[in-house]
Parts: sequence; C-alpha cells; structure tokens
Amino acid sequence: MTSRGFSPTGIRFENIEKRYGGLAALRRIRFEIAPGECVALAGRNGSGKTTLLRIAAGLVCPSSGELTFPSAAGASAGAAPVTSKTEAVRAKPSAGFVAHATMVYDELTAEENLLLFARLQQTPNATERVEKLLHEVGLFDRRSSLVRTFSRGMRQRVAIARALLHEPSILLLDEPSTGLDPQGVGWLAATLRQLRDAGCTILMSLHGESEISMLATRAIRLDAGLIVADTRTGAEVRSILTFADA
Amino acid sequence: MKKQVLAAAIVFLLVGAAAYGAFFVAPTERTMGPIQRIFYLHVSSAWTGLCAFFVCFIANILYVFRRQPQWDWLSISAAEVGLVFTTVVLVSGPIWAHPVWGIWWTWDARLTSTFILWLLYMCFLLLRTLVEEPDRRALFSALFGIFAFLDVPLVFGSIRWWRTQHPQPVVMGGSGSGLDPTMWKVLFFSWFAMLALMALLMRARYAMEAARGELEMVRHEAEAV
Amino acid sequence: MSLLSSTTALLGKELRTEFRSRELLTTTVVFILMVIVLFSFTFDPTYNESRRFGPGLLWLAFLFAASLMLQPCFLREQNNDTLSALRLSVSDPFAIFLAKLIANTLFLLFTEVLMLPIFAVLYNVPVLRVLGQLLLVFFLGSLGVSIAGTALSAISAQARMRELLLPLLLLPLLTPVLVASTQVTVGLLDASPFLEWKGVGFLVVFDVIFLTALWLFGEYLLEE
Repeated sequence: MTSRGFSPTGIRFENIEKRYGGLAALRRIRFEIAPGECVALAGRNGSGKTTLLRIAAGLVCPSSGELTFPSAAGASAGAAPVTSKTEAVRAKPSAGFVAHATMVYDELTAEENLLLFARLQQTPNATERVEKLLHEVGLFDRRSSLVRTFSRGMRQRVAIARALLHEPSILLLDEPSTGLDPQGVGWLAATLRQLRDAGCTILMSLHGESEISMLATRAIRLDAGLIVADTRTGAEVRSILTFADA
Repeated sequence: MKKQVLAAAIVFLLVGAAAYGAFFVAPTERTMGPIQRIFYLHVSSAWTGLCAFFVCFIANILYVFRRQPQWDWLSISAAEVGLVFTTVVLVSGPIWAHPVWGIWWTWDARLTSTFILWLLYMCFLLLRTLVEEPDRRALFSALFGIFAFLDVPLVFGSIRWWRTQHPQPVVMGGSGSGLDPTMWKVLFFSWFAMLALMALLMRARYAMEAARGELEMVRHEAEAV
Repeated sequence: MSLLSSTTALLGKELRTEFRSRELLTTTVVFILMVIVLFSFTFDPTYNESRRFGPGLLWLAFLFAASLMLQPCFLREQNNDTLSALRLSVSDPFAIFLAKLIANTLFLLFTEVLMLPIFAVLYNVPVLRVLGQLLLVFFLGSLGVSIAGTALSAISAQARMRELLLPLLLLPLLTPVLVASTQVTVGLLDASPFLEWKGVGFLVVFDVIFLTALWLFGEYLLEE
C-alpha cells in the first residue's frame, strides 16, 4: 500500500440511469469525483448506493449514461462509453472493489485466494506482491489457514488485500465496516487513511458515523435513486452521514 | 381494430378452404383410406410449429444483441404459438396412427423429435415463470431459447438415425414414396393457411405481451413517484 | 494467451476446492452406484438382457447424476459474491466457463471410470476388451453433458426452484447425447464389439456446436 506508482484518477458519472425492468434504481446520477477525493455515500437501504458502486466497479452496466475515469494529468482513462456490460468489464478502470460479501473463497487459504486473483489479473511478480500485501494487512502468519476459519474482521482484511492486488488508483467500498469489531474498524480507518494520503480516490457507502466516516471530505446522499444532497463542508458532511443512520 | 377483424376473417376463410381441400379435393389414399386426410393437418402443423420456433430463435438472438423488450415479447409469443401447433401434431399423430397401425403411439422419428421439441419449449416457458426480474428473465430465456433451437437438428438427427423402429415413414419418407400431385398441392395450401393462422395468433399474443410489459413499466414508475 | 493462463489458474482453483471437500465426487459416486443397483431389480441382468438395457441405464444414471452434480457449479460462486471478483479479474469471461466445464468433465469421467468395473460385475458385461473405446465415448459424452450443464447451471443458479430447474432444462437438451452415446456403448458391449464411428462423430459435432455457442454467448450468462 505504500509504493504507489499510479497517476491519481477520478470518476465522472454522466447522467447515469439504471432500470431493472421498469423499476428505476438510479436516476439522473451526475457528479464527478476529483482524483484523490474521499467520498462517502449515504442513504437508506435500497436507495441505490450498492448499484452505484457496482456500476463504478464495472460489474453492472448502466441502462443509459456514461461513466468515465478522468486522470489528474487531464487525459481520460477508459473513457469509452460503456454500452454493454461486457464492455464495462473490458474497459476495466483501475478500481479496486470491496463488496458487501467478501469476494474470496472460503475453501481456499488467504494466500491461495490472493495468488489466484493475482494470476487472473496478470499481476507482475505475483508471489512477492501477495506476500507484501499479506504482511500489510497483518495476515502473513495465518496465510496458510482456510478463509473459512477466519473471523469477520480477518475476512475483511483478505477482501481488502484482494481489492488492492493491482494497486488501484480508485477504491470502491460497500459498507466496509459492517460486522467489524471496534479494533477492526480502527485498522480499516488507518488503512484507508494511508491510501487516501497516498492519493487514492475513495468512494464508499457508509452507515452512520464512525472513525471511517471521519476520513470523508465529501458526502453524497441518495434517496430512491436520486442524489438529494452533495456537500464538501465539514459540518454538513457529518450531518448527512448521521442523518442516514436515522 | 377493423383491420384485425378483417385479418381474422381472411385467416378463417383460408383455414376453411384448407379443410375443404383436405376432405374433398385431395384423393383418398389407397391403403389407409379417409383417415389419411388428417395428414394435411398433421404435417402442416408440424412445419408451422418449426417456423414459429425459428421466429422465436431469431427474436432470441436479436434480444441478446439489442436488448429491446420487443424482441422478448416476440419470442414468448412465437414460443407459445409454436407449442400450440406442436401440440396439434402430438394429438393428431396418435389419432392417425391408431386406425392404421393399431397402436396409439409409435416411436416414429419425427413424432418423437416433435415430442422432445415440445418438452424443450415447455421448459422455455417454465424458465420464464421462475425468474423474477424482467430484464434477467428476458435475457436468460433468450439464451436458453438459442441453446434449445441449436439442439433441434441434433435431436432430429440422433432420433432419425438410431431410434426409428419403422423402416420408412408412411408418407414422405424416402425418395421412393410418391405423393399424388394433388396431395402435394393440398398440403402446401394447408401449410400456407396454417402460417397465416400462426401470424394471426402471434400478433394477438404479441399485443397482449406488449400491453403487459407497458403496464409493468407504468406501475413501476407510479410506485417510484 | 491470457485465456489459457486464466483457465489454468481457475481450473486449479476448481480442482483444489473439490479435492479439499470431495463433496461432489462422493455424493455423485454414491448416487450412480445406487441407481445402478436399483435398476438391476427392474429386469433380469443376464448377459443378453444387460447388453440390451445396460448401456441405456448407464447413460441415464450418468445424466441424472450430472444434473445433480452441476447444481453447485455457479451456486458456490454466489456465497461470497466470488463470481463478481472473477468477472472483475479475468479479461475473457469464457475462461470462467472453460475452467468449470473442464473440471466438470474430469469429475464426471472420474466417477464414470470408478463405476465401470462395478457395472461390469453386476451386469455381467465384459468391458476390458473395449476399455479404450469405452473411455473415448465416456469422454465425448461427458464433455457434451458438461458444456451444456455448465451453461445452464449459470442460468438455474439465479432462478427460483433451481434444484428442479436444472434437470428440467438440461435433460431434454441432452437427448442427442443420450441417444448417441447409448448407441455407441451398445455396439461396444455387443458379442462381437464394434465402434460406431457415426455415433462418435455425432458426439464430436454436438460438443463443437455447444462449445461454440457457449463461447459466443457465455459472457451474457454472467451479466448482472
């Protein structure tokens, strides 16, 4: 997580809509995240947070609209309009994604999981990269244990290590603190702070205020698929995040 | 509305004319007698059913690449109409077979293949009832429809080569089975009438499915507001 | 090139997870064994009778077993949303299918080979003299079953009543495989065994057609 050899990248949502059948999950989503910004998404369950994150990750194809990844240098990476799901996956942004689920195999060890995904992503020097990440997330001693035997906090560490395998310049997290004990939340907050300070763009959905929400420099609130609030003012950021909890 | 009534009347006349042809124009078959006249219904329905499944296949492919709900509506209309015609084949087959061979069901290659086809498209409809989300339902059934239609020639081939217990089908078997020219004409006319009926049914079913799709859309929009 | 390396990495994962739990293999073996034993009560398994009915019941047992064995194929990937992780990581989604269908073919072949001597003993059929040809038919048939089954299990994993749905979708689709492989097996178990090349060719055609269809349309099966 230390040596970051990327150019910071932002995310631009241009009139993104997502309909499931006739049901609109996201409507007229239009905002831009500057490179290096740390944005918290708030909103009730079903307000579209997860869909927004999965669209940003390239897992879900928007029904209409465009998703681009402008880099700090001015050029726009992966700017091709995302017309089909497959193209969304192919025009792979450099985002790392931590979903609600762990996205790793319970029947494999921590090391095997990371090695598998490193090989699929064709990470150069996969073995060293995995070893380094295991040290960084503090799981090196347990690397040969099955993920099944891990606590929720340890699984989340594997999940984050998986998302960081390819040294992404964007990190997307879907309620990363759920199920974590205070110690785990502390570790996560420290890790994310380190990433943010290294220039990583972070977009995360959050429930309530915590050590993690303190990192956010901007808060966006979704309601029924619409953006209802968007602020960079410190006090308002806090109020948006706590309001979501109510 | 008026146009539809007119179309229905024309199709009704065509089917009536085909029935007249089958009963009064076509000559009586020498060995089987009048029962053979069911042949015109049986064979023309079988061909029409295949045509309907082909329409379904084309609609499936277009849906996968274009993702417009219209193609999904067309595919379900075609599949259901195709099922109606193959059901006619499966019912008229035994009615024909019983007086001629003394058994209701023969594992004749084409009858058996039609049965498998019927099962495949029943599963197609079943799959649609078991997937909730409309886009996903449309996509999955389209993909299954493509696989199913690709399977059709293989089913026919495998059963024809290995599972036929009768040396040669009675009519239109190999090259040797001569069919009276009038019989051919009546058969093709019946097929034409059946195709017209297919188009009529499909159009009506499509209109129904389109209305249902739009209603669903409006309902969701109303809920969202 | 990346397809090859992704497929081998994924195949390694499939084999490793299965051999760690052995759930699929053990249940499938027991299932086929049970079907073979129960079938023997439906007729008198003398050599002559077995030659007529044996191949059909053997393939029917394989098909039913496969339709159960293929259930968890994509269901397992849903537990932790690992399918999304795979989709984000591989450059060609066909690799996901390729690895799974190779693994499934290997699992099926393994259980079939394990069942063959038991079948031969219980039904009094000599299999040793045609072992090579039998394995060829087993391979081609299992490959066809796995290609269609892997594709359809991606569908059934996301539907209701999925346990019932997969056999329903799969079995009619596999009619040609059942007919052709049974026919070839009948020839091989004959008093004077022969290999029916037409049947072998037919199985190859089936495998090629469905593999091509999966290659063309597979990525859409993984959409969200």
